[in-house]
Amino acid sequence: MDRRATAAAFGVALLVAATTMLVRPPSAPGGESGPSLIAKGRELYLTGCQSCHGTDAEGVPGVAPSLRDAGASAAQFMLTTGRMPLPAPDQQPVRRTPAYTPAEIDALVAYVGSLGGPPVPRVSLAGTVLSRGMQAFMLDCAGCHQALGRGGVVTGASVPDLTSATPTQIAEAVRLGPYLMPAFGAGTLDDRTLADIIRYVVWARSPHDPGGAALDHSGPVPEGMVAWLGGLLALVVFARLIGKRWQP
Amino acid sequence: MSAPRREAAVAGLLLIVAGCAVAFVVAYATDAGTQALGLTLGAALLALAAALAAAGAWILPNEISEEPRRPPAAEDDEKKTVAALRPAGASITRRRLLAGTGAAAAAGLAGAAVVPLASLGPWMGDTLVESPWRRGTRVVDVEGQPIAADALDPGGFLTAFPAGADIDATGSPIVVVRVDPRRLRLPEARRAWAPDGLVAYSKICTHAGCAVSMLRSPLFSAHVPGPALVCPCHYSTFDVTDGGTVLFGPAGRPLPQLPLSIRSDGTVAAAGPLSGDVGPAWFGTRAPGRSGGW
Repeated sequence: MDRRATAAAFGVALLVAATTMLVRPPSAPGGESGPSLIAKGRELYLTGCQSCHGTDAEGVPGVAPSLRDAGASAAQFMLTTGRMPLPAPDQQPVRRTPAYTPAEIDALVAYVGSLGGPPVPRVSLAGTVLSRGMQAFMLDCAGCHQALGRGGVVTGASVPDLTSATPTQIAEAVRLGPYLMPAFGAGTLDDRTLADIIRYVVWARSPHDPGGAALDHSGPVPEGMVAWLGGLLALVVFARLIGKRWQP
Repeated sequence: MSAPRREAAVAGLLLIVAGCAVAFVVAYATDAGTQALGLTLGAALLALAAALAAAGAWILPNEISEEPRRPPAAEDDEKKTVAALRPAGASITRRRLLAGTGAAAAAGLAGAAVVPLASLGPWMGDTLVESPWRRGTRVVDVEGQPIAADALDPGGFLTAFPAGADIDATGSPIVVVRVDPRRLRLPEARRAWAPDGLVAYSKICTHAGCAVSMLRSPLFSAHVPGPALVCPCHYSTFDVTDGGTVLFGPAGRPLPQLPLSIRSDGTVAAAGPLSGDVGPAWFGTRAPGRSGGW
């Protein structure tokens, strides 16, 4: 075999390897897949989740909802953001360090996903339009999450900051509507607009500043107020320098 | 510097004030942008400060001197002095120069202060009270597309507008929310206003007129009350299931509700006008008996 053929064969082998890695299903760590992964997830569920959600994920009235139609999407969102498990069932779920390892989360997601409900969404930001994303974000999201997604408060709950949410987690949250957030189905927010919104949220973590000191991107009005304050102080200092103390 | 030069310098500064103020008026009229407005007005005020400072330092008498009282001069002396001074006062004097340029500066600055009044908003007239919603008005989204009744999932909401009307009018924007019909506790007269659990309220807060853009929509309602619409300005909270009554916050009246109906093609339309006046209440704009939302 000459060198050119060897190189070609090597290239084909690389391509095949890369394609295999790309098409490998995301929820199959360590070679486990299908029934064994679900069984492992069920085991983890029985030790960590069933005290609130019930033995067969049917929910406990007044304590925790059923997970029968929650789907892999909701499970992955709640577990990868550390919102579940909750320290107490009546607390607001907030972003924490995940309690489970990625492999354990994959198993739990496979188990909850096997009970029905929407799968984990696939998010692609290719071909998204930033300005459309901004407009949609301002219309539907900025009321609570603020224009740059830094979070805030709503009556009786805090609104999470979006700066550390992954694109998949944003898509899952929009469709699910966790805690007090409204759920946005495909009828009100199609997948394209959702991808545009995610593009904007990612962009808004370090937005372009039109000039001056950005002051953590708080906008031109706070910048102007700081400038006024500095200017007034400078005037006071100036007046002290040019003035003379009155002596009777 | 000689005295006439100093006077000329002050007069020149005052003329610069007048010129910059006129430039401000021109920039305002030609819509040359806020940078030009700021530069011209700032330059006018700086030149005015410089003129006043220069006049104070150079022209106004600055020394303290004492003169011993003399015996009264003869009447002839006084007449002679007046006669000698009169011709000097008849020509252009320092006083007239400075008064003239000062008046020009004052007129220019007054113009610069008055002209921006043209930027005050349009006369509102009845637009604060009127609403384009009538029986049969179709409900459309922000791009003008009709809204299908099944587009909203339970717990979802969207902002909607009347078809063919000005979407910027106070009475236009509404929030459509879908709730579980079993959770609705609407008054008897409004039973038919929420087909399939679709309820609609004005998006303008009845407290200060902000956009009511937040919806508390509990995923699991055992621990938290809701659903409720919340205004982000002062956290007025309105019960979605109970005709928009105020649960919390400074708002004094419920959000006006819009009765909805579902057309034969599955899209949503208004089944009547809004139940009350839209927007904030203040003295004189809400006559007694007109506030149907109570």
